[in-house]
Amino acid sequence: MRSIRNGLVLALGITMTTFGLAACGGDDGGAPAASDPNAKVELSLATFTEFGYEELIPEYERLHPNIKITHRKTGQGGPYHQDLITKLAAGSGLADVTAVEEGHLSNVLDKGSKFNDLPKIGPAEASPDRWLGWKYDAAKTKDGKVIGYGTDIGPLAMCYRKDMLEAAGMPSDPEAVKPLFATWDSYFAAGDQYVTKTGGKAWFDSAAQNFNAMVNQLPTGYIGNDDKPTLESNQGIKDAWTKVTDAVAKGQSAKLTAFSNEWNSGFKQGAFATKVCPAWMLGVIEEHSGPENAGKWAVTAAFPGGGGNWGGSYLTVPTQSKHPKEAAELAAWLTAPEQQIKAFKAKGTFPSQVKALEDPALLSETDAYFGGAKIGQLFAEQAKKVAKPQYKGPGDGQIQENASSPALQAVEQGKSADEGWTQLLDAAKKITR
Amino acid sequence: MTVVDKIAPDEEKAGVRTSPRPTLRHRLSRWDVKVSPYLYIAPFFVVFGIVGLFPLLYTAYVSLFSWEAGDDDPAFIGLDNFKELFADTQFWNALENTVSIFLLSSVPQLIIAVLLAALLSARLRGATGWRVGVLLPYAASLVALGIIFANLFGPKYGLVNGLLQTIGLDPVDWQAGRFSSHAAIAIMVNWRWTGYNALIVLAAMQAIPKELHEAALIDGAGAARRFFSITLPLLKPTLIFVTITSTIGGLQIFTEPKLFDAMPGSNNGGSSNQFQTVTLYLYQTAFENYELGYASAIAWVLFVIIVLIALVNFFLTGRLTAVKKK
Repeated sequence: MRSIRNGLVLALGITMTTFGLAACGGDDGGAPAASDPNAKVELSLATFTEFGYEELIPEYERLHPNIKITHRKTGQGGPYHQDLITKLAAGSGLADVTAVEEGHLSNVLDKGSKFNDLPKIGPAEASPDRWLGWKYDAAKTKDGKVIGYGTDIGPLAMCYRKDMLEAAGMPSDPEAVKPLFATWDSYFAAGDQYVTKTGGKAWFDSAAQNFNAMVNQLPTGYIGNDDKPTLESNQGIKDAWTKVTDAVAKGQSAKLTAFSNEWNSGFKQGAFATKVCPAWMLGVIEEHSGPENAGKWAVTAAFPGGGGNWGGSYLTVPTQSKHPKEAAELAAWLTAPEQQIKAFKAKGTFPSQVKALEDPALLSETDAYFGGAKIGQLFAEQAKKVAKPQYKGPGDGQIQENASSPALQAVEQGKSADEGWTQLLDAAKKITR
Repeated sequence: MTVVDKIAPDEEKAGVRTSPRPTLRHRLSRWDVKVSPYLYIAPFFVVFGIVGLFPLLYTAYVSLFSWEAGDDDPAFIGLDNFKELFADTQFWNALENTVSIFLLSSVPQLIIAVLLAALLSARLRGATGWRVGVLLPYAASLVALGIIFANLFGPKYGLVNGLLQTIGLDPVDWQAGRFSSHAAIAIMVNWRWTGYNALIVLAAMQAIPKELHEAALIDGAGAARRFFSITLPLLKPTLIFVTITSTIGGLQIFTEPKLFDAMPGSNNGGSSNQFQTVTLYLYQTAFENYELGYASAIAWVLFVIIVLIALVNFFLTGRLTAVKKK
């Protein structure tokens, strides 16, 4: 802290002597470097998991020689957002451009005063009509500020192991498997069939993954529009719970907690045959399954219960930033259709920009790892099946990570479905009290 | 100083040598003797005051508020946080887990450390090599250690279960059960700390005068008898020190259970908090639920518990290793 202040003082001193400026009062923390067009502006960008920005950053630096970007990448979303809220409270330490995941967006919108209103400081081309309507509106605070530019969305499809379905004597062609994945009932019924035919092999990776997708499809999630928890009365959640825990009882779950070491190994070992697959999951599957399993995975334009959205993020500019204008320009450039198409090609993050969704580059995009599937067209199709995203009230993301997922893990580790449900209710109560 | 000035002339009259009035230099050297020691030790106390004492007191202050991270004006609620804490089942569960992990790790750890020290103090070839060897686990990064052990104890693809199955036993879901998870975490702790404590005990053993052992040998005492009647009683101060430091460390255990969780980054301590420790719960309260006031209350209760247990330890260890006075 002190060194930063000294640096500022030094910089002030230098600018004053160089330009013979009179001392200017009341300019708090405004970087004096901004007055010099040739001075380097250092921006930091914080993201988690895979945004696909690795090659875009040097490109932006080439286009803007006066900008230097430091990219801070975090592996896991959960710890990343804890860190974000902590630094928000501390009043320092956040990157100039900070990514926020939609599950955590509600916690951030609560603290909207700590973020810049992007339409005010951002460039004109980042207008509301750049994004899908619901995507843009979701980043509005209660008093109408827009604090984030949408990056990607997570339209859901089903990924499955072609070779394993074939070995079980089940349909394995992307068109032929669609009936299996028509509804949750047909999906779990197919799971029963698979478990029986393979003598007890698992159908999906973990209950929590399916449950999250099921809850996301409901008109109302864990938190209602009035920001009150709905678990006690929300029959849709209870039904989803029953279906998933029944499937666990029948041996359909590989019991591998998502993103754990064992889950990573599970891909290589072929521990499960199907996987809930938002667009961004393709990169994850490829990374963990490794080149030796290339072509064994397939993806189909079907999802139980129609469609859904899991994930997707926004780029925000916290008021802590010393260069809000430059930061907003960077965020606007990164979330422009052209750049999001490049990010999509790099990591499969599915664009939320209207133009990008019609882009021939996207529609013709194929994935060699998934047997050359036309994933661009496929996920664009799946994205159209999303009516509108569910309202995510404060605490929604925490309930998913600290109440429902652990409770389902407990069921997989031997608790009864009823005990698990009680645990979920108790934990959710604690979070939303 | 004025008193000294008044007395000084009288002393001179009484004295043999008639020296002039105390010069400035004289006085400075006197101050030097009086004040310097305080200056020399001041840096520690100043730094401790800033980074130790102040946070301690400020935490006590914060614990009296309902303070959510980022709040602009937190509400003063007196001792309500503490009231709520004593009725909080998750806190008691965490405390039980902490004590259980602490006992499972500290007790075997200290016994093994003393025996290991006894072995190391015997004449060995390449004694230094062995001594460095037991310290190696301590030198490794704790996080790396946690990740490796969490992998070893993986329920499906873990090496430990692989070995169990090789010798015909059933695999254990280490993360699922309360006792199994505590045992696995205790193994992690012991792996790291046993060698460290063994070296401290060894240093104390080396300091025991040889004559005592020689006298006992002449009296016909065997190795075991000498160990229990000479070595252990004389190790008392060291054992007290080692016990208290491992108590403080053991009750603050955090990294091992956090990394042991299958869900990455999770602070739940297992699917049903079966291995959530007090510090893990504290961390979750503060940095995941952002309830800083409540977290501060947990921190203070933990502090008091550690002080109490350390005192109990102090007296117990003193009793156990007391040399009987005849």
